[in-house]
Amino acid sequence: MDRINDFAFKIATANGTGSASANGLIMQAIFRSGVPVTGKNVFPSNIQGLPTWYEIRVNKNGYTARTPRFDLVVAMNPATYEHDIAEVQSGGWLVYDSTWPLDPRLRRPDVTYLGIPLAEMCNAEFDGVRERILMKNIAYAGALAALLNMDTVIIRALLDEKFSRKPALMASNQKAVALGYDFAKAKFDCPLPIRLEPLDKTKDCILIDGNTAAALGCLYAGATVGAWYPITPATSLMEAFKGFCQKYRREPVTDRNRFAILQAEDELAAIGMVIGASWAGARAFTPTAGPGISLMNEFIGLAYYAEVPAVIFDVQRTGPSTGMPTRTQQGDLMLCAYASHGDTRHICLYPCDPHEAFEFAVASFDLAERFQTPVFVLSDLDIGMNDWMIPKLTWDDAYRPDRGKVLTGEQLDEVKMFHRYLDVDGDGIPYRTLPGVHPKGAYFTRGSGHNRYGMYTEDSDEYVDVIDRIDRKIQRAARAVPAPLMRTTPGVKLGLVTVGGCHAACIEALDLLSREGIALDYMRVRGFPFGDEVSKFLESHDINFVVEQNRDGQLRSLLVLETGVAVEKLESVRYYGGFPMSALHVMAGVKARLERAA
Amino acid sequence: MTHIAKPIAQHPALQKNDIGLTRRDYEGAMTTLCAGCGHDSITAAIIQAFWELSIPPYRVAKLSGIGCSSKTPAYFLREAHGFNGVHGRMPALVAGANAANRELIYIGISGDGDSLSIGLGQLCHAIRRNVTVLYVLENNGVYGLTKGQFSASADPGSLSKKGEENTMEAIDGCLLALTLGATFVARGFSGDKSQLVPILKAGLTHRGFAFVDIISPCVTFNDHEGSTKSYAYTREKNVEVVQADFVPPAASITTEYDAGSVRSVMLHDGSWVRLRKIAEDYDPSDPDRAYGYIRERQKAGEVVTGLLYLSPDSTDMHEHSNTINGPLIQVPYEELCPGSQELEKLQKRFR
Repeated sequence: MDRINDFAFKIATANGTGSASANGLIMQAIFRSGVPVTGKNVFPSNIQGLPTWYEIRVNKNGYTARTPRFDLVVAMNPATYEHDIAEVQSGGWLVYDSTWPLDPRLRRPDVTYLGIPLAEMCNAEFDGVRERILMKNIAYAGALAALLNMDTVIIRALLDEKFSRKPALMASNQKAVALGYDFAKAKFDCPLPIRLEPLDKTKDCILIDGNTAAALGCLYAGATVGAWYPITPATSLMEAFKGFCQKYRREPVTDRNRFAILQAEDELAAIGMVIGASWAGARAFTPTAGPGISLMNEFIGLAYYAEVPAVIFDVQRTGPSTGMPTRTQQGDLMLCAYASHGDTRHICLYPCDPHEAFEFAVASFDLAERFQTPVFVLSDLDIGMNDWMIPKLTWDDAYRPDRGKVLTGEQLDEVKMFHRYLDVDGDGIPYRTLPGVHPKGAYFTRGSGHNRYGMYTEDSDEYVDVIDRIDRKIQRAARAVPAPLMRTTPGVKLGLVTVGGCHAACIEALDLLSREGIALDYMRVRGFPFGDEVSKFLESHDINFVVEQNRDGQLRSLLVLETGVAVEKLESVRYYGGFPMSALHVMAGVKARLERAA
Repeated sequence: MTHIAKPIAQHPALQKNDIGLTRRDYEGAMTTLCAGCGHDSITAAIIQAFWELSIPPYRVAKLSGIGCSSKTPAYFLREAHGFNGVHGRMPALVAGANAANRELIYIGISGDGDSLSIGLGQLCHAIRRNVTVLYVLENNGVYGLTKGQFSASADPGSLSKKGEENTMEAIDGCLLALTLGATFVARGFSGDKSQLVPILKAGLTHRGFAFVDIISPCVTFNDHEGSTKSYAYTREKNVEVVQADFVPPAASITTEYDAGSVRSVMLHDGSWVRLRKIAEDYDPSDPDRAYGYIRERQKAGEVVTGLLYLSPDSTDMHEHSNTINGPLIQVPYEELCPGSQELEKLQKRFR
């Protein structure tokens, strides 16, 4: 049976062999032919030599979640042949380098083997070890073009754009594509039943990773200070920000930077710099991952209690400890919600894809400054580092930053006395001042006990007065964070609840379950603290399946703690092995519980 | 309590500086440190230095970590924003604040626990980063607030109040700073205000990280026989090498200049610091010789004080980062946001 525009394949290579550009070329070519596509880079924590995979899913309906079922595998790494061959779906195809004979023990009767002498062809056509290795990758891309019916005009155009200033490289790449393409055309029955046909479903979309999108959000929000310590998978966020700043933040004439990026000695310093810069009046942020958040805890408590804005991107990876740095997870939900010692509670935003990573990055600065508190944007490795197909980003030129209640010099001239922590407006948010503006604005920022006037205190009533007001302030933020996304149908008694990057898998699972006659309402929480609508949704369903990517059901715990909904109403559906959630995980979890009930 | 309001007593006869302020205008709250604490003398010297330089107090940002020393920013410059951060992490706060607003004058107050133990890493990297700040290390060799444990600057062989002997090597802040390429390294003694004030003034006008280690005896836990940071010990062992005599840029320096005995170094703002060379062969422009001299005198049990090293061509964090001359916080949002059309355009690379 032909499977047009609905299949998945996987390319197995070794790290550091330059396969990324071939894989990117394949992704982009599919995307440009109008067919929805997603790529997941499964890479090792290593610079050279360890196995790495690139998974591509093509889906005409626009389902972008990872699927663990591969119709075709390109096995370029003998070290993982056994594993890769085992992963091919029955009835599928295996493309391998036939320069060397394949161990007969690796033959499967239910898989079609497509041997291409990639090394042999490239050794004959190219000079030098480096080019031969690189071009082997481009050659498999060429073979896939023939096998999967990719548009060769688009591939040629992509290479033209990429190498317009490097004619020698362009020629090599074109030649390598042709080697693979011509060989496949001549030897195999091209195209395969799994193949591409042009569609028009991507023209208003882009292919972008979440870290780049978040960096754009920081740029557009007007952030000027970024402090960081390099950590996978957050590193590319700051590197993207730097790249954008170098282009858009140069002062005319002087060519000097209208931004400061401070590479700190550790994450403790990075968050300290962010707090210092925010205190002085800049929009400042730090991108990090779980281990960084662990180190930042003391400073986060200071910013919470002294009421200093800070924006922290947590691109989550698999914990605990060092964990699996190059695998994804949602393991920091609890950590971020209550980071630091003592009573704290933090505003958290949970983007589900790069589009929301961009939007929530902007929102995070507004919230941090309006509520004078740290704000976490929790994405994950899958959102942050993989290319997602999302609607084009748009910008409203009428946007102006919400700087919150900051008194100007003129306003300070007018006031009799300024008191930093006085709840003048009754909304729990006091006024703040920036250093250097006015003598009347001076106050002493401290993490030690202080009263509403900003003075040191060890008086219990004065202490409670301030700490309770901060609690009211943060609770108010529930109405300001992005509202949960909901899909409800009257009469439906089952709910599916999730957060962040599980969205794509949940949306697909909802469709698949509905085809099997299982109807579920849907809620994706997008901000913390939770608003009333979250508890209403949970209350109004008999069973809520809480889908998330961590062992302990952290979202479920947060929902129980924060909404008071009975624990029995929340059924946990978890996958936390390090790959992005797939619809199969969600369906299996839901069905297991329903079968148990039946 | 670390903060008691102090009545402001102004007298018409009080001397005014160039901007019409008296020393009272540079004071803060009443100290809550022990009577006779060396830190309070340092506070007095800081007040004097700011007053003499006619710096408007509200243009100063004073930051600190945690500990006795870190309480002191409350005791000077009441019109300046203060930030009492977390233990050992003041340098990060200063770096961030300075990145955001380079026009403020930054003073960071720290102690030996704060700088040489819990915050040693931050101190080192602030030196490398060459953040423009006057960094004052109020050094008493002891943890006061937790009642008398040795700090990392306690000398080997020194005895605690309870009679325990410190057996580990001390970390010398000045040697550390020199090793790390600091551009301004000085050591003072809390009891010698006449030497300290010019050093602080020079530090305040230095572009880059001005490191000033000030021996400040703890009257409660470390001013007894057996302590190398006691008043008696320091007074006796103090070797003054270079006296910094600061001359503001407005005043002529030529009349003061005395060839042969005075070395003048121009600071970033065009002002000069004059270094009186007490020791015959002392050269404050050579970090290696400064290092050697401190070590040599240390072996003889002596504490070298004075402006030990000053790099006249220091490049600070902003020069390293090529940031604009003005404060980043003053760039209008319109200049920071590329706008919708550019967003549309730049997304072509994502297709």
